[in-house]
Amino acid sequence: MLGLNAKDSRFMLIVVALTLLTPFILNPFPADSALAQFNAGYPALMQRFAIYGLMAIGFNILFGLTGYLSFGHAAFLGVGSYASVWMFKLLSMNVIPALIAATLVSGVFALAIGYVSLRRSGIYFSILTLAFAEMCYRLAYSVLTPITNGETGLQITLSDPRILDGAPTSSSLPTPGFFGLKMNAAHTIDIAGWSFTFSVGYYFCAVIALIGFYLSLRIFRSPFGMMLRAVKSNQQRMNYTGLNSRPYTLAAFVISGMYAGLAGGLLAAMDPLAGAERMQWTASGEVVLMTIVGGVGTLMGPVLGAGFIKYCENIFSKINESVLHSWFSFLPDGVEDVVTWIFARFVGEGWHLTLGVMFMLIVTFLPGGLVEGGKRLAARRKKKSDADAAKHPAE
Amino acid sequence: MSIKNISRRGLLRTGAVTAGGLALPTIFTSSASAYTNEPTGSSVKLGFNVPQTGPYAEEGLDELRAFELAVEHLNGEGDGGMLSTFSSKELQGNGILGKKVEFVTGDTQTKSDVARTSAQSMIQKDGVVMVSGGSSSGVAVAVQGLCQEAGVIFMAALTHSNDTTGKDKKANGFRYFFNAYMSGAALAPVLSNAYGNERRAYHLTADYTWGWTQEESIKASTEALGWETVETVRTPVGAGDFSSYIAPVLNSGADVLILNHYGGDMVNSLTQAVQFGLRDKQVNGKNFEIIVPLYSELMAEGAGSNIQGVYGSMNWNWQLQDPGTQAFVQSFGKKYGRPPSGSAHTSYVQTLLYADAVTRAGTFNPCGVVEALEDFEFDGLGIGNTYYRGADHQCFKDVLVMKGADNPTNQYDTLEIVEVTPRSQVEYEPDHPMFAGGELGECNPGA
Repeated sequence: MLGLNAKDSRFMLIVVALTLLTPFILNPFPADSALAQFNAGYPALMQRFAIYGLMAIGFNILFGLTGYLSFGHAAFLGVGSYASVWMFKLLSMNVIPALIAATLVSGVFALAIGYVSLRRSGIYFSILTLAFAEMCYRLAYSVLTPITNGETGLQITLSDPRILDGAPTSSSLPTPGFFGLKMNAAHTIDIAGWSFTFSVGYYFCAVIALIGFYLSLRIFRSPFGMMLRAVKSNQQRMNYTGLNSRPYTLAAFVISGMYAGLAGGLLAAMDPLAGAERMQWTASGEVVLMTIVGGVGTLMGPVLGAGFIKYCENIFSKINESVLHSWFSFLPDGVEDVVTWIFARFVGEGWHLTLGVMFMLIVTFLPGGLVEGGKRLAARRKKKSDADAAKHPAE
Repeated sequence: MSIKNISRRGLLRTGAVTAGGLALPTIFTSSASAYTNEPTGSSVKLGFNVPQTGPYAEEGLDELRAFELAVEHLNGEGDGGMLSTFSSKELQGNGILGKKVEFVTGDTQTKSDVARTSAQSMIQKDGVVMVSGGSSSGVAVAVQGLCQEAGVIFMAALTHSNDTTGKDKKANGFRYFFNAYMSGAALAPVLSNAYGNERRAYHLTADYTWGWTQEESIKASTEALGWETVETVRTPVGAGDFSSYIAPVLNSGADVLILNHYGGDMVNSLTQAVQFGLRDKQVNGKNFEIIVPLYSELMAEGAGSNIQGVYGSMNWNWQLQDPGTQAFVQSFGKKYGRPPSGSAHTSYVQTLLYADAVTRAGTFNPCGVVEALEDFEFDGLGIGNTYYRGADHQCFKDVLVMKGADNPTNQYDTLEIVEVTPRSQVEYEPDHPMFAGGELGECNPGA
């Protein structure tokens, strides 16, 4: 199917099914139950899963295949966001020109940054990309305020030209749309206490993320992908055979930069605001974390990692002390305060601590990330069922 | 006609796909409720979105304390605080419209992006009907825009930029806090008395909407006195170290330093300015002075003895003697063991005003609430008679001019009230140039 072999086709179909059913999968608890706190199936978060998943997929093409660790991918995310918000301001509220502009502009940035940075490898490459990203952030934050609106963030206003849309018809701000289909439209279905929200924005992001996933799958299986893997395993030997590896690494860098730019464009399409914080080094580090937590060099890993981190960020950071008090109210008074105090360090504004602990555990015990965890579980089950089969031979 | 062979199956299939395609958008538009997050159960949820990390975290935490207190009082727990002194007697301590008030909190990290994400999750996941919070005008403006689009009410807490109710004003957004223009108008006469009319001012300004508008406002009102502005320098928010910005002040020929900083930034920049010996200097034959146009108790506490004699302005202070203030300070003190800050007061009052507006409107529908709040005149919530102007959703009331206490008796008694500037002196027209350019638009009930 679509140039994939049977195994990959099946894999792709599973991914498609998982993506389409996300609103169900992420809302396992009834809306009124105490566990509804852990539901993640609301549009804004699902959109982020898809968007950061897309970004991590692109990052994995560079980091997973060539082994070049870029610490500056947030810059492309930010550049993509700014480009698409400017398209919303100047051209049209349709997301298509915005996304095209986001991808192209970030591609140009990636070409320039990659051309310089890829002259070095290893830690020097990482530091160079980090420096460029930080430069972009500082520029967006202060020097380029006329273009980026600095700390306040670039927003659309009623007085923007939007030459393709014509004069505004209402006095409220327009929302981004896909040929009339509004990105913020959503439909909620209530089934026996459960409540599932289907949003246009999420499915739009999901379709683009799936296309991105398919492209990355093809790159992984292509001769080009093989060449990138060769760079990772022994670049020196490759060079000695007379092969110039730089065009390949540069291509991988630009492709992953364009993925990040597209993700940035999607972020702006879901919520037309671009802030400089998106380019900060912490955001660059986040995508590295996503890829490592999920599993470097695996296809599914980065997506899982992105989901994992965004889930922690949005769900754990919302648990405050009063929620904890209600959970532990069954404990005796003195004990309850102590337990609440301990847990409060790990939730709310302390969710970073939870993430850090999880990251350490995963890197120590599952160097291959969540994907390796899944594989080990599957292997153990298989071993067990094999052992069972050996104990009770078929008659 | 180019298509010749239309098979029965082909026609059916095409017809079905077309019908499906046409029907698809309609399932997204149907809606059961009249407005976003219409509360149907026995409770109603409010969202409190404040910075719990970053340079404004201290303010955010104090806001959160006040929100919790307000919810308690609305639900009839505690001593009721300002419910008894509020001039509108609609609130009975039985929740809002008989529904118990619950709340969710979020961390804005003082970043517009994060704040919007957090507010989105409150609206979409938790189903809040009102979002309050702030602590940075950049954040407040961003979240206000989001609430307008989503169709919920935004009761801005701590935001002092002119833009919040100026060029970025929104029909669903309301601000009780005063703004930069009012600070300038209130400070000018006091500064003129204290420091004369021939001064040379040097501005250090936080580089975002609030800093920009405050610099503009203070510059305009001090230049009207006859002061000269030597230089205005923008500094990044959360810079931590301001020494490289303060060193040039020494040789600039300025004799007044105006710090358009807030929160942790102001604590750092003021402390460093004092460490550089600015206040012991003589320039142009005058004592060098420092001014902090926007004060808060938490900043004063952080800056310690460095603020002695420094002028600034405030929206409200716990040392006021009116019954509303006394009731609030008492119940806040009983719960948290400290006097409330100005940001806490604003958060508390905004929550009460929202609850009262809902009760008077008889509905949580944002459009009803907007109508109830517009041109609403009230008293008893501290600092006297107050007016919520319908034209820009800004509150008008007296403004306090403060000075760092020369002999503080305890760690909370760090500021003293120099003057209560009457409301008439800080009022302006809705189309004043510093506020022009925005459109309030129409209220949006969402759904």
